[in-house]
Amino acid sequence: MLAMNYRGPFRVRAEQRPMPEILHPEDAIVRVTRTCICGSDLHLYHGMVPDTRVGSVFGHEFTGVIVETGPLVTNVKIGDQVLVPFNIACGKCNFCKQGLYGNCHESNAMATAVGSIFGYSHTAGGFDGGQAEYVRVPYANVGPTVIPADMDPDDAVLLTDVVPTGYQAAEMGGIKEGDTVVVFGAGPIGIMAARCAWFFGPSRVIIIDHIDYRLEFAKNYAQCEAYNFKSMDDPVVFIKRITDWYGADVCIDCVGCEAEGNALQTFTGKVTLMQAGSATAFQWAVNSVKKGGIVSVVGVYGPPFNFAPIGNILNKGITLRANQASVKRLLPKLIDHVQSGRLNPKGLITHRVPLQEVSDAYHIFSSKLDECIKTVLIP
Amino acid sequence: MHQDCTYTLIKTLMKTENTNIDYRQIPGWGMDIDPDNEPTYPMKNYTGDDHNRLNYERSPQQPVEIELLKSIERPVNPVVFGTTVPPSGLSGIIRRYAFKHSEDRYRHWISLILADRINAWEGIIEDLGKGVFPNILAERGIKAELKYNAAGLAKKVVVAAVVGTLLITYLAKKKK
Repeated sequence: MLAMNYRGPFRVRAEQRPMPEILHPEDAIVRVTRTCICGSDLHLYHGMVPDTRVGSVFGHEFTGVIVETGPLVTNVKIGDQVLVPFNIACGKCNFCKQGLYGNCHESNAMATAVGSIFGYSHTAGGFDGGQAEYVRVPYANVGPTVIPADMDPDDAVLLTDVVPTGYQAAEMGGIKEGDTVVVFGAGPIGIMAARCAWFFGPSRVIIIDHIDYRLEFAKNYAQCEAYNFKSMDDPVVFIKRITDWYGADVCIDCVGCEAEGNALQTFTGKVTLMQAGSATAFQWAVNSVKKGGIVSVVGVYGPPFNFAPIGNILNKGITLRANQASVKRLLPKLIDHVQSGRLNPKGLITHRVPLQEVSDAYHIFSSKLDECIKTVLIP
Repeated sequence: MHQDCTYTLIKTLMKTENTNIDYRQIPGWGMDIDPDNEPTYPMKNYTGDDHNRLNYERSPQQPVEIELLKSIERPVNPVVFGTTVPPSGLSGIIRRYAFKHSEDRYRHWISLILADRINAWEGIIEDLGKGVFPNILAERGIKAELKYNAAGLAKKVVVAAVVGTLLITYLAKKKK
C-alpha cells in the first residue's frame, strides 16, 4: 500500500509498504478515505518530538471504511464508514471510564505522561498513522464512530481532531456569559477554538497571531477580532489596553511548542533545545489573563519541560487547564452542532492534495505557502 | 468627576477594531453555557475509580513479538501497543539507554532526540544499501517551493552561496 514515510527532519515521501495486520482481537483495519495534516504534525516534521523514528507513518486525523475486524470487534462491522478519533483509547482503564479518552493507560508503553495517538511518534505509542491507504485501528469497539449518512466526509474528518480540540479548548476555559476570551494562534485549532468559544456566551473573542492571511480568515470564519502581534511593541500590554487594563477573562493557547515572538524563548527552545520548544504563547496567555482568570492549553508541548512564568500563575491566582481533547466524549454534541449547521468544519479546508504529493503538502503547510490553512490528503 | 475623566482618558487610549457584529446572532451563541463549568469543577466524570489505581478489567494482552521499549514508570506493558519501527542500529542503542531513565529525567529525552538525529543518517544509509538514492530535495517539497516561493528560494540560494564563498575564502586565507 502507499503510505507517507518519515525520513528525518523536513523530509517525508510517499512509498509502498506492507499492509497493516490485525494484531489484537479488538483491532480493525480501515481503508483511509480522507486524512489531514495537523499543525502538531509539523512538530514531528520539524524533528521537535523525541523518539520520532525514520520509517514511521504520521497521521492522526482520518476517516475510512472498515475492511477487516478482529474476533472481538462488535460495535463496528466491515463496510462501515467511520471517523476515527485521534486518541487510541481502551475504554476500560480508570482514565477512559471517567471520560479521559485522551489519557488512556493501556495503549502506550513508552510514556505514562502521554496517552496514545495515531502516527505521533513512539512517545505517543509507536502506532503508524492514517496518512496511508490502510491503517490498523486498535480498540475498534471504542474509537471508530460511524459517520452519519448525510454528513459531508470533509466535515467528518475534521471531527477526528480539529473540532473537538478547538471545542475543548474553549470548554476548558470555563467561559462565562459576557467574558472576553483571547485565543493565541490562528491555525486551524485556534480558529476553531475562537469559533467554538461563542457557544459559551462571551461578549468578545479575540485572536492573536502574526500571519495576516490567517488573521483575515479567522475574522471571517470565527467572527472574532483579530490582531497581528508583529504590529505591537508588546502583545501583553496591548491585550491589557483593550480589556480596560484588566486582562482577559480567559486565555487559550492554541500554538504550542513552536511559537514565535520572543527571542529568548526561540533561542532556548528551538535553537539550543534547552527547553522543549518555545513557550511564548503560554507565557503571553499567563501574562495577559486577569487575576483569577483561566488559561486553557491545547497547543502541543512535548517533554521534558519549558520555561514558564510560574510565579505569575501563583501570584495572579490563575487556574490552568490543559489536556488532549477527549474526542469520544465530545462527538455526540459536536455532530449535532455540525448537522444543525452551527459549525462548518470543512470551511477550514484550503488544500486537497493526493497522498503521492505528501512531500509538497507538508512543505506548503510548514512554510505557510499559498495561504494554506488546512490540508486534506486523499489516498 | 476626576475618576470619570481618568476612565474616559483610558478608553480613548484604547485602539481596537470597530466590530459591528451583534455577537448574540452568531449561530449557537451561548447555548453551551454551563454554570457548573467552574475551574474547580471536575472535567472528568468522577466515578471514584481512581482509588482502584491499576486494578481494572483489561482486554486480552497483545502478544509482544517485537522489541518494545517501555517506560520505567509503568510496571507492565499496556494491553495494546504500536509495533512500527522497533529500535535498531546505533539509534537503537541510544534509545535503549534513554529508556533506562524515567520520563522525569532530561537525559531520557535528550538521548531520544540524539537518537532521532542519528536515525536520520541511518535512514539515508539504509536507502543507499537498498540501491535507492534518496531525492532529498523532493522529500523537502522543492516542487512546492518552486511553485509558490521561487523568489524566496532564490534568495536563500544566493545567501547560502555568499556565506559559503566568504567562509571558504576565510578558511583558505587562514590556512596560508
